[in-house]
Amino acid sequence: MEKLLLLGDEAIAQGAIDGGLSGIYAYPGTPSTEIMEFVQGSKQAEELSIHRTWSANEKTAMEAALGMSYAGKRAMVCFKHVGLNVAADAFVNASITGVNGGLIVVSADDPSMHSSQNEQDSRFYAKFSLIPILEPSNQQEAYEMAYYGFELSEKLNVPVMLRITTRLAHSRAGVQRSQVKKQNQLHLPSDPRQFVLLPAIARKNYKKLLGMQPSMDIESEKSTFNTFINGSDKKLGVIAAGLAYNYLMENYIDGKNPNPILKICQYPLPHKQVADLYNQCDSLLILEDGAPMIEEMMKGFLNLGKPIHGRLDGTLPRDGELNPNIVAKALGMAIQEGQEVPEVVKNRPPSLCQGCGHRDVFEDLNEVLKEYGTGRVFSDIGCYTLAALPPFNSVNSCVDMGASITMAIGAADAGLIPAVSVIGDSTFTHSGMTGLLDAVNKNAPITVIISDNSTTGMTGGQDSAATGRLFEICQGIGVHPDHLKIITPLKKNHEENVRIIREELEYKGLSVIIPQRECIQTFARRKKAEKNESN
Amino acid sequence: MKNDIILAGVGGQGILSIAAAIGLAAVKNNLHIKQSEVHGMSQRGGDVQSHLRLSDKPIASDLIPKGKADLILSVEPMEALRYLPFLSKDGWLVTNITPFNNIPDYPGLEDILKQIKSFPNHIAIDADTIAKQAGSSRSSNIVMLGAASPFLDIPFERLEDGIRQLFGKKGEELVNTNLKALKAGRDFTEKNR
Repeated sequence: MEKLLLLGDEAIAQGAIDGGLSGIYAYPGTPSTEIMEFVQGSKQAEELSIHRTWSANEKTAMEAALGMSYAGKRAMVCFKHVGLNVAADAFVNASITGVNGGLIVVSADDPSMHSSQNEQDSRFYAKFSLIPILEPSNQQEAYEMAYYGFELSEKLNVPVMLRITTRLAHSRAGVQRSQVKKQNQLHLPSDPRQFVLLPAIARKNYKKLLGMQPSMDIESEKSTFNTFINGSDKKLGVIAAGLAYNYLMENYIDGKNPNPILKICQYPLPHKQVADLYNQCDSLLILEDGAPMIEEMMKGFLNLGKPIHGRLDGTLPRDGELNPNIVAKALGMAIQEGQEVPEVVKNRPPSLCQGCGHRDVFEDLNEVLKEYGTGRVFSDIGCYTLAALPPFNSVNSCVDMGASITMAIGAADAGLIPAVSVIGDSTFTHSGMTGLLDAVNKNAPITVIISDNSTTGMTGGQDSAATGRLFEICQGIGVHPDHLKIITPLKKNHEENVRIIREELEYKGLSVIIPQRECIQTFARRKKAEKNESN
Repeated sequence: MKNDIILAGVGGQGILSIAAAIGLAAVKNNLHIKQSEVHGMSQRGGDVQSHLRLSDKPIASDLIPKGKADLILSVEPMEALRYLPFLSKDGWLVTNITPFNNIPDYPGLEDILKQIKSFPNHIAIDADTIAKQAGSSRSSNIVMLGAASPFLDIPFERLEDGIRQLFGKKGEELVNTNLKALKAGRDFTEKNR
């Protein structure tokens, strides 16, 4: 079959489609977004009637995927690493229910925090949920792991995590496809109580999961994704996980390695292979992108064995993603650097687009806040967080999806009145609605601004779950109609918008203001598409 | 053979189109390719870069090691200088000289050009003007690709094929404008290197 030039994300999507996928569920989040986008744009997926719509958040996506697995079909759920926190309740319990149709959970980590608020390592979640992890080192493996992951999931009766990092997600290479597999037929679990986690059943299921651990180890031992490459210099053995393997090999001329290498791309760690490497070498170097998970396991608490080098002893930096140079340094190789960056080069941070409606919202808000003083704007995850930077300097918090509303409630409880929350439309429907209910129930003296651009902007303009219905949703949650306002954030409305915001800030109870104007990027794209159509 | 290329610019300037055109050409030429790019937050007017690696042998790392890039191809002059730690001693610096000024402390253009011209291996080209002459100011990124083309181990015809494939869906007129832009960029480099 033909070779395709695919991003790591796209390779996963194509592998899943070819591997018998029936439904993919996701919420957009860099660097995972392109997996769903690829399936949505795929003609093959359309012909196969694969379910492929965005979910309201990662938890609903995880649960829908589990439901599809319950019904016997193969499902995939995708999100960024912090999305796994949102989905964690369903994720951890899905390892106790087990699966019926194969279930792959793709968690895309972002070491170095290119587009994230932390660099947590998803492998820990899979480890304490006692399920296997597949961690591709390249785009071809990303394809193959998505293709093979369903089978592994069905064989072991657990969800399988497919863990990638930004660098692979957004890097392109040639990918060879395999034969397309048929989708599973609808079929119920053979045990009708398998998914009923009443304590008595959960205890039974948990023992079963524990009993499966040796089988998972055997799968890792015989996996072709885990390979031992011998080397003559046994002073140092190297364990390289996932993408780190590439950075290692980059430093060996013509791929010739002096040291023995164990390449790990499937977990649980293959016990025998790891022990073999340890026994034949004087010391080990552990290369893994993200947290030092393997390194900690190898060292143990007391660190009594042979020297183990990695992120914990300073051989590698404790944080941030790896690269060929960092690995070269850890191997004691000389680094050939280019020239230094000249002083004339200035930082160029990201900023809100020219013409973006969020800009007008913050210009309006800043003017009113001059009267109250700074330090009272709780914001959220989205483009509008960029208003924390100059020239706006408006935003005082950005923590997790939905936190703007609930943090404002807590700050107001402490006496910071008025407190203001600024949240986007997609983030609001993702995790803001329950917080707004809290605010309604206590009539919290906060002003919630839902800056509605009718899209999920930061990730490139995916559908937002409640476009055109925010007013009704707020009404339904119980916001008083006298303090529920829609405004249009345009320069010409500045005076009027300032007046409305000022009035609502003065009100000693809950107000919701919804500035509505389409995202300038999706607007431009829509106009262009319309123009092309009329031609 | 290997070509390790850093593509540089500002979010929205079209460096991913350059990468896509080279990628399509490289695949047709049966080369191995790895191309790492930036999505997400930085695309909002921040500095963006793409590591593009071509080779007749399998490529290990998605990232180019420091000091190993054969070429920095930048669609913006200040951004060209940001990646100098990656450029090898004999590498080429090919850059557009039209600044994209979206920050309050953007330096004087003269100071930037002085740095660029201190490199013996540099091509500094007014891609925006040349693109306008070729028919569309929006093709300046393709002018830059043309200007860099003499330093790529890919036949020029393959790059032209890449352009046809990339813009084919958008109509014959746009294909021709971009082919003209590509040629104009190449001609500039051949006259000025």
